[in-house]
Amino acid sequence: MTDLKLPLIAEAPQSAAACVHCGAALAPGQGRFCCTGCEAAYGLVRGLGLDAFYRRREAADGALRPEAAPPVFDALPLIREDADDVKALDLMISGLTCGACVWLVEQALAAEPDVIKARVAFSTRRLDLRWRGAPSRGNDLIALLSRLGFRLAPYTPACMRATEDAEGRALIRALGIAAFGAMNVMLVSIAVWVGEDMGAHTREFMHWLAALIGLPTVLVAGMPFYRSAAAALRAGRVNMDMAVSLGVLATAGMSLVETFRNGPYTWFDGATALLALLLAGRVLDRAARRKARQAVAEVLALQDGMVALLAGDGTTRLVPVASVEAGQALQIAAGEALRLDGRAQVETLLDTAAITGESLPRGFAAGVALPAGAVNMGAPFTLEVTAPARDGSLAAMARLLEAAEQSKGRFVSIADHAARYYVPIAHAIAAATFLLWWVGFGALWQEALVNAVCVLLITCPCGLAIAVPAVQVVANGALFKRGVLVASATALERLGEADCAVLDKTGTLTEGRPVLIPEGQDAAVLRDAAGMARASRHPLAKALLRACPEAPLMEGTREVPGQGLQAGTARLGSPAFCDVAGFSDGMVLVYRAGADAAPVMFRFADRLRADAPQAVADLKALGLPVELLSGDGPGAVAAAAKAAGIAVWQAEADPRAKAAHIESLKQAGRKPLMVGDGINDAAALAAAHVAASPAGATDLAQTTADIVLQREGLAMLPDAIRLARRAQILARQNIGFSLAYNVIAVPAAIAGLVNPLIAALVMASSSLIVIGNALRAGRA
Amino acid sequence: MEALILLVPVSLLLGALGLVGFLWALRSRQYDDLEGAAARILFDDQPGKDPPP
Repeated sequence: MTDLKLPLIAEAPQSAAACVHCGAALAPGQGRFCCTGCEAAYGLVRGLGLDAFYRRREAADGALRPEAAPPVFDALPLIREDADDVKALDLMISGLTCGACVWLVEQALAAEPDVIKARVAFSTRRLDLRWRGAPSRGNDLIALLSRLGFRLAPYTPACMRATEDAEGRALIRALGIAAFGAMNVMLVSIAVWVGEDMGAHTREFMHWLAALIGLPTVLVAGMPFYRSAAAALRAGRVNMDMAVSLGVLATAGMSLVETFRNGPYTWFDGATALLALLLAGRVLDRAARRKARQAVAEVLALQDGMVALLAGDGTTRLVPVASVEAGQALQIAAGEALRLDGRAQVETLLDTAAITGESLPRGFAAGVALPAGAVNMGAPFTLEVTAPARDGSLAAMARLLEAAEQSKGRFVSIADHAARYYVPIAHAIAAATFLLWWVGFGALWQEALVNAVCVLLITCPCGLAIAVPAVQVVANGALFKRGVLVASATALERLGEADCAVLDKTGTLTEGRPVLIPEGQDAAVLRDAAGMARASRHPLAKALLRACPEAPLMEGTREVPGQGLQAGTARLGSPAFCDVAGFSDGMVLVYRAGADAAPVMFRFADRLRADAPQAVADLKALGLPVELLSGDGPGAVAAAAKAAGIAVWQAEADPRAKAAHIESLKQAGRKPLMVGDGINDAAALAAAHVAASPAGATDLAQTTADIVLQREGLAMLPDAIRLARRAQILARQNIGFSLAYNVIAVPAAIAGLVNPLIAALVMASSSLIVIGNALRAGRA
Repeated sequence: MEALILLVPVSLLLGALGLVGFLWALRSRQYDDLEGAAARILFDDQPGKDPPP
């Protein structure tokens, strides 16, 4: 049946040629563009005189392909009117890959005569657009950017929350102040340290100068630590920030006393430098996680939108999802996702892949409950809403998630573990030292206090406090470069601990979309069939078109929802639609060129990701037994499991069953890593010890996952685990080193052998060693 | 040593100027999009359109 001599039609094109505009690989026979949209965009860019964009950009991976029918939203309700007839609009823009994209967007908009301001914030994906004139120009400008291949969405409050980083700004401010203070105090302190011939008066002047700069710095720049310490104290816990706060404040207080006494040295320099160092670590750590949050917010904004509310008089208007109540009617366009639960008066064809994991759309009879999250594959219909967003099935799923996430919130990070024991012991030793010298040896209380403060200084866990964050900053950065986003602070630790892996099938192990099985169909026939398929959004039609992307649209094609396509006498659709008996509907399309022509079969399969078997093997080699857990039928699951080399699998698992399975693994003392992409996986993802979602996962899965793989495929997952484990080892080494150093230094401090200068020097050197060790985390 | 009377306030003043500049930049949100600023500096604007009045 299969003729191997014919070219494998469904294979991805191997030619090195890439589309001039979007950079996607071209199929053989295509000229310079992969689609007419790209050709038009290229013409537009050249027409604006902006073709330098193509030379300047760093990467083109096909992301910039303009969609044939971009999801439209009406910007009119979002437009703000400022004084002087100036209209302002905030948009979220997706598809930016590098600075050249920012340039292209800004310049293309600036070329419009009425645009006053167009500025893109690259890291927040926010486009600030201002123009003079009619509000409707806003929609024109959005259309212009869509034609270039960028996708736009309203800048929602959710975006705002993710990007508004008041706490991050406070940290940067504290860092700036601490760095300023540290450098200026250092100027004065160095004079004191080296100026042995300095007169007593000059020295006093220097001390007061250092206090003048150092004291406000310590008080202001240390606020993030004091706040965190106070919050922990109120909650009845101890954390590392408490030790830091006490150490810094004790040093500053001690220095102030020395300033009053005009003693030989003060240590404002040490206190401020320590704050600057710790704050720098915090800022970097936060920046890395902000990127991850940002990516998730971008996905959310693109999918969260407006719905078309059908008024009594038959007109529609766009309203936010949250404002729709039960009983109202929505107009659902072809290809639009249902955002609310409802019923339809007609038969509908819905793609429920995101909710149940079923790989093909299926028909729903009139009047049955239609789940939110499904995508309309058939004709437009009217949806009668049965539950508002807050009570709907998606909200129920979200509540399921919250419950599961709370258990994750109880995870105690390794740094907190260390702090829990370390802080009380360190402070107890300092107090004991004071009492020992004052009461025990009958020393002056000042002398006893100096020794106690030395203990505090030495035990001030600057090595310990940066031991773990330094490793995490380096490791998260290394992962980010490889396209792996780490979304939560403890995700890396949990990933390193994972001891078994549970994978979802559709969209995780497989590509989540059907691919034509090449069976030697005639190329001309394939071309004709693909030309008809161009008119449909059905996954199989799309797959057929992908196998022959250059096929032109066959004129006069119309869709019979749920059955197939018709163009004159030619038909493309389910076997029943084309009068072919003996085939059950499934991953099959039949094409008939005319009523009498012989039917041609096109069979499809949801192909395994190319790197899935290797990734599974790598996971096993890392000591993680792999299981497959899917909502699909047993046949498909067994086949996928066999192909990927997975021995343990379970089919027909609904969302609750998936979460229950993860729970049972946890009950058995395992630490499961769950990898999934669908709404149906979200509960399991939330329940798992650590969760990852592959590229192209649904928004709910991405927000639930701790780790988001941004590139196609699973290959990065084993790498990420390796890197996480390495980071764990380094973090432990760092903690161990810091503790060992304390074990040696503290007895010396108690004995009064260490003066604060030596303590500060040794402390700084331990920090440097810890940071140097952490840098190794980037190399996996 | 008399020079210190002049030099110390001058150095502090210069440092404080830098700090004020930093705080101003932070407040006017110039630290919000570091990546974009880093990329934007490499490209020239298109000549042509007159600046808005």
